[in-house]
Order: sequence, then structure tokens, then C-alpha cells
Amino acid sequence: MIPAGFEYERAESVDHALELLRTKDDAKLLAGGHSLLPLMKLRLARPGTLVDIGRLGLTGVRDAGDHLAIGALTRHHDLNNDPVAREHCPLVAYAAGLVGDPQVRHRGTIGGSLAHGDPASDLPTICLTLDAVIVAQGPNGTREIPSSQFFQGFFDTALGEDEIITEVRVPKVGNAGWSYLKFRQRALDWATVGVAALVGSANGTIEGARIGLTNMGQTPLRATAAEAAMAGAPRDGVRQAAEKADEGTEPPSDTWASADFRRHLVKVLTGRAVEEALSR
Amino acid sequence: MKHITVTVNGVRHEADVEERELLVYFLREGLGLTGTNVGCDTSSCGACTIHVNGESVKSCTLLAVQADGMEITTIEGLATNGELHPMQASFQANHGLQCGYCTPGMIMAATSFLKENPNPSEDEIRHGLEGNLCRCTGYHNIVKAVAAVANG
Amino acid sequence: MATTEQPAANIGARRPRKEDPELITGKSRYVDDISIPGMLWMYVVRSPFAHANVRGIDTSAAEQAPGVVGVFTADTLELGALVMAWPINDECKAPPHLPLQKDKVRYVGDPVAVVVAETRVQAKDAAEMVSVDWDPLPAVTDIKAALAPDAPKLYDDLESNDAGSWIFERDSPAPRRAATAPFFDDPDLVKIKEEYYLARLIPNAMEPRGVVVDVNSAMGEYTMYSATQIPHILRTGMAITCGIPEAKLRVIAPDVGGAFGSKLEMYPEEALVLGLAKHLGRPVKWTEERSEGYVATLHGREMYQQIELAATKEGDLKAVRVKLWASMGAYMRLITPGIPMLGAWLYAGVYDPEAYDFEYTNVFTNNTFTDAYRGAGRPEATYAIERSMDALARELGMDPVELRRRNMIDESKFPNYTIVSGLTVDNGNYRGTLDKCLEVLDYDRFRAEQKARRESGSTKVLGVGFSTWLEMCGLAPSRVLAALKYIAGGWDAATIEFMPTGTVRVLTGVSPHGQGEVTTFAQIAADQLGVEFEDVEVLHGDTGVVPLGMDTYGSRGLAVGGVALWKAGEKIIEKARTIAAHELECSEDDLEFSGGNFTVKGTDRSANIKALAFNAWSAHNIPDGMEPGLTANHLYDPPNFSWPNGAHACVVEVDTETGSIDVKRYIAVDDCGVRINPMVVEGQVHGGVAQGIAEALFEEARYDEEGNLLHGTMTTYMVPGPPELPSFELDHTVTPSPTNPMGVKGVGEAGTIAAPPAVINAVVDALAHLGVTNVERPATPERVWNAIQEAKR
Repeated sequence: MIPAGFEYERAESVDHALELLRTKDDAKLLAGGHSLLPLMKLRLARPGTLVDIGRLGLTGVRDAGDHLAIGALTRHHDLNNDPVAREHCPLVAYAAGLVGDPQVRHRGTIGGSLAHGDPASDLPTICLTLDAVIVAQGPNGTREIPSSQFFQGFFDTALGEDEIITEVRVPKVGNAGWSYLKFRQRALDWATVGVAALVGSANGTIEGARIGLTNMGQTPLRATAAEAAMAGAPRDGVRQAAEKADEGTEPPSDTWASADFRRHLVKVLTGRAVEEALSR
Repeated sequence: MKHITVTVNGVRHEADVEERELLVYFLREGLGLTGTNVGCDTSSCGACTIHVNGESVKSCTLLAVQADGMEITTIEGLATNGELHPMQASFQANHGLQCGYCTPGMIMAATSFLKENPNPSEDEIRHGLEGNLCRCTGYHNIVKAVAAVANG
Repeated sequence: MATTEQPAANIGARRPRKEDPELITGKSRYVDDISIPGMLWMYVVRSPFAHANVRGIDTSAAEQAPGVVGVFTADTLELGALVMAWPINDECKAPPHLPLQKDKVRYVGDPVAVVVAETRVQAKDAAEMVSVDWDPLPAVTDIKAALAPDAPKLYDDLESNDAGSWIFERDSPAPRRAATAPFFDDPDLVKIKEEYYLARLIPNAMEPRGVVVDVNSAMGEYTMYSATQIPHILRTGMAITCGIPEAKLRVIAPDVGGAFGSKLEMYPEEALVLGLAKHLGRPVKWTEERSEGYVATLHGREMYQQIELAATKEGDLKAVRVKLWASMGAYMRLITPGIPMLGAWLYAGVYDPEAYDFEYTNVFTNNTFTDAYRGAGRPEATYAIERSMDALARELGMDPVELRRRNMIDESKFPNYTIVSGLTVDNGNYRGTLDKCLEVLDYDRFRAEQKARRESGSTKVLGVGFSTWLEMCGLAPSRVLAALKYIAGGWDAATIEFMPTGTVRVLTGVSPHGQGEVTTFAQIAADQLGVEFEDVEVLHGDTGVVPLGMDTYGSRGLAVGGVALWKAGEKIIEKARTIAAHELECSEDDLEFSGGNFTVKGTDRSANIKALAFNAWSAHNIPDGMEPGLTANHLYDPPNFSWPNGAHACVVEVDTETGSIDVKRYIAVDDCGVRINPMVVEGQVHGGVAQGIAEALFEEARYDEEGNLLHGTMTTYMVPGPPELPSFELDHTVTPSPTNPMGVKGVGEAGTIAAPPAVINAVVDALAHLGVTNVERPATPERVWNAIQEAKR
């Protein structure tokens, strides 16, 4: 309950934060702190310096034409309640309301959640499903990282140690149906398995489905085999296509579920998520 | 050490705090506001819930230095002019507490929740309190207490 | 004489609690809120291994760390063994449990050293610098594996990990009605045999433990503040372990944030803080961190159960035979070996078979020690009999409700009927509570809905489960405890003092920590003495204020402590009557007492008890030879346990595709005798049921093969939150106990005792059409889904 000692610096601007990252020993960014501080309290993380970026602004959801620009420090609570997000990308707004609990959502941020790279976390899956673009600023300027390249391993992302996420760009989803099913025993738990679906359909047939999976491997994953099987499938073919949802996954075994049970769950949830998306 | 200024229950405080000092310990040991309790070390139980700028936050998951410049309300600051907040009164009237340890956090979470959702269903109340654990009441009377305030 | 208006009746009223104003405003005082000038902090260095020899401990680096006052090991801080109070019989193995281990550790979390520093942070930082030379040994955490001939042995001096058995026929002071063997040999009877594993549980009181000891070195006096439910028992035990005269030790349980048995203990940390305060001559404090508590605070209930029933084809239960194997963990703590015995007389539940056998075997394993967890022994018994009654109903093709009703003890045999296990039950209302439960449930309609749901082909199926439960509580008659080899008594104490101003001070020997006795005992005293509820203050939990008591556990607060209070009240009234007769110049027999007034029969002449109390205090005019003051003390030793009962029903919806369970309804109809404050009683049932549901569906403490606790934080150990539980539907009947003048029984553990089998029976019922007959608890989605798959095969 008492973190190991560290230095603390409050960044006054993005550039200042980048400078601190560059110059301070073993520096880590502190945004909402709701991924990092719990680890530090158990002394499972012991950064040398915390660079607090909590006051850099970088908040809010902006309508940017074909996509929404979400400030990296937008809190889950605000994203969940944002009218622009709810209208144009209800999937991300809805999922933000499932992260942690109300207190966590009052502090936790989308940028922090993505940078943490936890495969059991909800928003990384949502971003991967939406093909979101993660905008990072570093010493050499700004780069745009497609989510498909962002999540590289277990708690490992493409974000450089000297970079800061400033914005997350999610597409407007138009009329596509959507769903996020977060399976867990308690509301306050991480997803045992989560399935996000974004589905376009016409005349009773699925035109295309994007399916993202939470806690089914080292990173958030796309269920590419199931997506392929869904494309062109009739509505009553959803469950059959969903049988492929575990292809290419390497789910963990832990106290919540075995890998085998996760493989089973992900098929059921994929079928249900696509069905729910079709109903929206 | 870092110098911070915070307003707690309407009173401005300046203090030097160690970087790693959690806000909950600053409140409890620095300011003597021991009404906010510590129930876990994993940000799970919600016993330490306070309001930061009017919203519920787990004070075990915020450094004291992060709170610099912020407005904080703890359970000690909820009653005004010696008059219990309706949520406090409702917890007593509905027997929404037994040992009382989760109660300050539960009340702070509930008041924040009702600001965001003034007319909740039972299910919404339960989810609104999903970040707070209680071991005594089975939540039955807590939910009743919150509903009673909402239905005013 | 002035008379006051008769106060409204308190007993039976839903009085808001006197405890609440401080608790809802943050003015409460838990142990961690206490700070004493000059106070040092202790941090405990614990074993990361489940089983290891300790080759050496290097404290030198930690000693040099900032703020460190000292680092102590078993070599440098001498303390006696912690008291173990229940050596169940001559077979019982209970090697001494020292607060710090010297040569060998036996579970992850076993303390080996303590760091004492000026601040909490310094103590924790320095503890990381203590270097222990470990020699890891193979560990065993499973009960059955621990009994294998080649299992690693926890105690080199013992033959095995078998800590001894307790066999009903041999060890029970109450003889059972008949032996079961002839019934199980009878070819005409239907026999079933069920096996259940009850997972290890962690109590999770919301307040972690903590201890502060203040010291007056000159006087050799110590004040211990501990998050305990047993300040009186703790004082005795700590005096023994730490070598302090008991008269010089004051133990205070300030506000205590729940316990559920977890603070019914004498812990290493309590002895260590006291020992350090004595050694250093300074106040010392320790506050448990939650994850630390998961290994350092007692666990509950891990056991294997085997239960056999023999019945006629018509459904008459003839015999119940039970064997248990219980995990002690690594040490025998305060009452560890006796916990399974607390259920020994209850494995036939509310039923009335002809024969009974029971035995259990205690087993050492490399886990945290087990001890009392809410219900202690009785939930285990209720689970076995209520699950197996459903199994018997399936075997016989009978409705589980009908099977239960048919076999229930005939209420016409009450009061005081000797049940098959040889103890005498005061009374109960088994069919009455069941009928009410079925009415609230609307059983026939439920069965129709269940059938319709199944026929619809829905993947969400419904089930209902019942638990018609009986418990023995109000622990306990001291003579019975003696026969069971428990070393203390089961009485409790109360003192009533009329203050000169007419207010009343009640001292109770029970030590509530959420149960509300400050309110309910005031209700009792107010009605009995005819004073205002507001004028009664109840003090507890401080051996300096309340010298005598046996504390709070085993649903005894009201049934023992409350009755002690009543008896003290009777003494007060008798003394006041003598003074009243003296003042009114009449015979005591001519006085009627009502609403606080002694009235001369047939006249309007009366004296109020408050005025009499003042006159007793001033002693200006009291009868010759009478002691001044209006105060009385009573130690009450209950002549029998009390035997609450009830009928619970749980309705679940099971998702057959994912195995997840939604508790749709939970109905609890209980009979705990006379209810002092129905609101408080309901609160006890709510919380108990919630813990019971949690036990059935969510909670377990599993270990990996090396003996590491897998559910070791609040993120992994599944205490359910608000969304996981339903609102409960409660009803009750009142069958006053004939054992005590108030007719009360006790309700603190009822819900926890009743709920687990109701929930699991409901899950099995929901899946019965698929062939499922058992789901191991907790019935997690994966276990449910696996059970469905196995049934399909």
C-alpha cells in the first residue's frame, strides 16, 4: 500500500513532458494513474520518476469529419457521456462506460489505457476493432500509429519510451451495428473474455464484420477467421461463423477461466455480439 | 518532498508531502481526517472514496501531489451547518450500514452517482456502486437507502 | 411521587441505530485511526515459501536503514506460544505456534522477523532489506495429498500430517440415538452417497486488522487497541503469550470494521506488537495491508465431505453417516481443531432419522491456518444435509420439498426434544417457515414457468433450490464446552448502573462490531426498566470499562449477552422494589412494576425507578443494611444452545451456453425467536445470505502447486459487489425459545448457514433436465459449463 520511492515531475506542456522523459532516470508517464498506481502500491512497478501529464489538456472529443479525434487524456467517464462520441461512434462511448468502476472512470484516461497495453483491458480492443489511429508525439515530431501495429505484446506497445499519446482517432461508424460483450463474474472485474463487433448488413446478409477480442492472448486481437466467415453470411449463419472466433488466439489460463473455457466463451460471445450488432 | 495546496471540505491547506504519499494517507495522517478508510491495496473496495472536484474518486489511487490545487470533499465535509446530508440520514434510516467501515466511501460514491443519475433504477444504483464493496449488508439496505434519496 | 409517562415499547421496534451518527459522518474510531505520540511502526517479514527451512536471517542492512529502531527475530524477541483453546481430545495434535518462526516456515506469509521504525514507510522500506537464507522444501496444500504416505510432513516430530480425528461415537458427550451400520446394511433401504469439496474461504472483513499498544513503562501497564471481536479472551491469551500480568493489560476493541470470525483469534501480530512495546518501552502500531491479510488472517471452511443417507422407498430418512477431512492449514490457532465439531450434531438438519454417525479428521497443510468463519461448522453441516436431501429426492423421484416436509422433526414434540445426535432442541417451526417460504415463492407457478422455459428451448434455464436449516447457536453452555474439551466457559456478563441523573449505563461483555447491540440492548433495558431508550447507553469492547465478558461470536450476542442483561435488569428491579416498598411504606408484594413505576396495588401511590435510583445513590433513606446505589451485575451461563431455524429458497437463471448464473430471487423465512429490532435482524440475514451466495458462486482461495495463494488480492478473490446480488425477500415466524426469559435465539450466522445449499441446489435443479447432479462450489461459469458438458457425455 506504500509505493517504493520515486521522483515526481509535473509536465507543463507536451514538450516539457517529452523533455522530462528524455532527461529523467527511468521515467514513466502518469496520466489518470489507474493502471500504474495499483501496480506501484504492490511494488510490482517501481519507476524512478513519474512525469505527471494529468494537466496537459488533451481532453475532449472533436468531430473531425470522417473521424472523431479523442484527446488522449479524455477520461472514460467523459468519453462515455460525450454526445458526439455517442452519436458517431457509440461503440467506444459504450465501452468506456464498462471500464473499471465509476471512480476509475472518473480518473482513468483512454491514452493511459492504450499505453498500458493490457490485453484484458477494454479500450485497446475497441480501438483495434475500429481500426483507430493512435497519434503519438516524440522528440522527432508526431506519428500516427494504426492500432493494428500498436499492440505488440503483453503490456507492450509500439509507443516509444520517449513518446506520448496525444490523440486517438476513431472512425465514425455510420449505420454499422455494434456490440461489446464483456464477460466477467463481477462488474468490477476485468473481462474474462470480451468481444467487440462492428457489423454492416443489408437485406439480411452480413456485408462485413469487424470483431475484436479482449483477454484472448498477449494483446487485444481481431478474430480474423470469424470476420472472414461472417462476410456474406446470412443472419442465421452467425453462430456457425462464430465457431471460428478462437482461431489464432492464445488465451491465458488464470483464476477466472482456463484457456479452453475462454476458447469456448469467445465463440458464444462472438455469435451473440454479432447478433446484437445486427439488431442495432 | 513537494509543496501542495489543496482545499479540503472548504478549508485551504498547504503542506509538504513525500512524492509517494497516497492522497488517502495525506487526508488521514496529514490532516487527521480519518473518516476516509483504507480497505484494500488494489483499488478494489472503494472504502477510501472521496470527491475530487465534485466527483467520486478512490483516494488510494491518487498521489497527494496529484491533488495539488484540487477541491476535495471527504465524509467529514458532507454534512452542512451541522445538518446531515440526505444520503447520510438515509443510510441510518434504512439501516444501510452495520460495521460502518465501507460506509464513508459508500456514501461518497452514492452522492456522486446521484448527481450523474438523479433517477436511477435499482439496477443502475447497483452498477453505480459497483466500485464499492460491503461485507455486512449484502447491499440490500444500501440500495434501498440510495433509492430513498433519489425518490426524495 | 412524580411519575413519568410510560415509554413506548422498544422491543420489537425498528429503532434507528445509536451507533450510526458517528459512522455516517466519519467520526468513527477504528484502530488505524489511532495514533499515539512517540509511536513506532512494525512491519512483518514473511515467508515467500509455503514450506522451507530457515538457514539464517541477516538483519544488518535493515538495521542501518533510516528510522529503524530495531529488527527482531525469534532469537531476539522472546515470546511464548500463542494460546490454542480447543484440544478436542487426546488425539489432537497441536504443536506450539510461536509468533515468529525460527527454523522452519509452513505457509506463504509465515512471519520470521519484524522491523520497527519511526514511520510506516520506513518500516516497510527496511523490511525489504531483511535477507533470509531459505532452504525451500516440497509443500503440500491439498487435504488428501497431505494424508498420502509420502507427503511432505509439516512437523518433523509428528508421524504424519494427520492431526487427529474426532469420532462421534467415542468423543461426543451426548450419545446419538443409534448406530447407522444396520441401516446401511439393510438391503430394503435406498442408499445414497454424496461427496462435496468445500473451498477454502477468506473472511474479508472490510477493515483490515490492526494493533496499537500504548505503554506505561513505569507502571508496567499496557493498553492494546486491536481490531478484535474478543477483547476479553484476547487479554487472557496475550498475558500468557507475552508474560504480562493480566491485571496490567487493558484490551480495547474500538470501532471494529466487521469480523465474521476473522477477528476471533489470537494472532502473531497482536503478540508481536505487545511484545515489542514491552521490549522497547514505546507505543507500537501495526496495520495490515489487504494483500498481506490474505495470507496472514485466518481462512475458513476447507474440507472434503462424504455423506450417506439411508431411507425407505417411500422417503422416510432412516440414517445419516458423515465423514469429513478438514484442512487446518499450517497451525492450530485459537479454536482451529474444533471448528468442524461445531457442526457435529447438525448433519441430520431439521430431520428426524433413527441413526447417526459422524467423524472428522484434521489435516495439516501448507496454507494459512483455518479457524472460525461466519457459521463455523454449521454451514458445512447444512450444506451436506441439504444438498444430499436433494440427491435423495432425485433418487426417489420425489419432490425435494415433499421429502423435506415428510422427514422434518414433528413440532408437537417440542419443547426440548432430543434429536438424533443427542442434543436437545428447544423448539422450532420447520413446516411453518417452509410453508411461508413456498407461499412467497409461489412454488407451483415457479415450476410451471421453469417447465415453459425449458420447453421454449431457451439457453437461459431456471432452477429453484431449498435449504430448510437448523442451527445451534448462542455459544454456549459452559458444562457442554467442558465436555467438548474447550478450555473456557460460554457465559457472558452484563452490568446495569442507574446514574444519579436517572440515565442508565449498561456494560456488556459481548463485543459488537456491526451487530447493533448498542441499540438493541438499549431497547431491552429501556423496556424492562421503564426508562427512555435515549437514556440508556451501552458500553462494550474495553476490558478497562467492562471487566468481564466472553465477547462476540457464534450468534451469542443476544442469546447470551442479552439474556445476561435481562437477568441483571431483574436484579435491579428487585432492589428498586425494596427501596420503593420502604419509601411507600408498603409490602413489596403490594407493588406492581410497570413503565418504570412501582405502584401500590389499587392506589395511585407510586414511585418511579429513576427517583428511586437517585435515592439509592444519595443513600439518605434506604432500608437498613442495604448497599447504596442501584446497580446490578449478572453472569449468565445458558442452560442450552439456542436453535433458530428457517426455510430459504433461491431462484437462479443459468445460461447454458456460458455457465453464468444470475440469482433472480432469494427468499429467506427465518425463525430466530423474539426479535428485538426487526430492522437489525433483517440486516443480519441480508449480510449472511450475501456471504452464503458468495460462498456458493464466487469465493474460493486456491493455491498453486508450490503453495502460493492464487486468489491473493481483492482483485482475484471474488467478494461480490452490488450488481452481483439481488434484493432479498424476507419473512419470518416467531417461536420464542423456552430456554430464556426473553424467548430469543440468535440470527448472526443464519443467512450464511442457510444460503450455500439453497443456491447450489437451485443451480443443479436448473440443469437437472440435462443430467447434471452436482456442481462443485463455487459454481463459477466454467464449473457450471463443465458440469453440463460432462452430463452430456
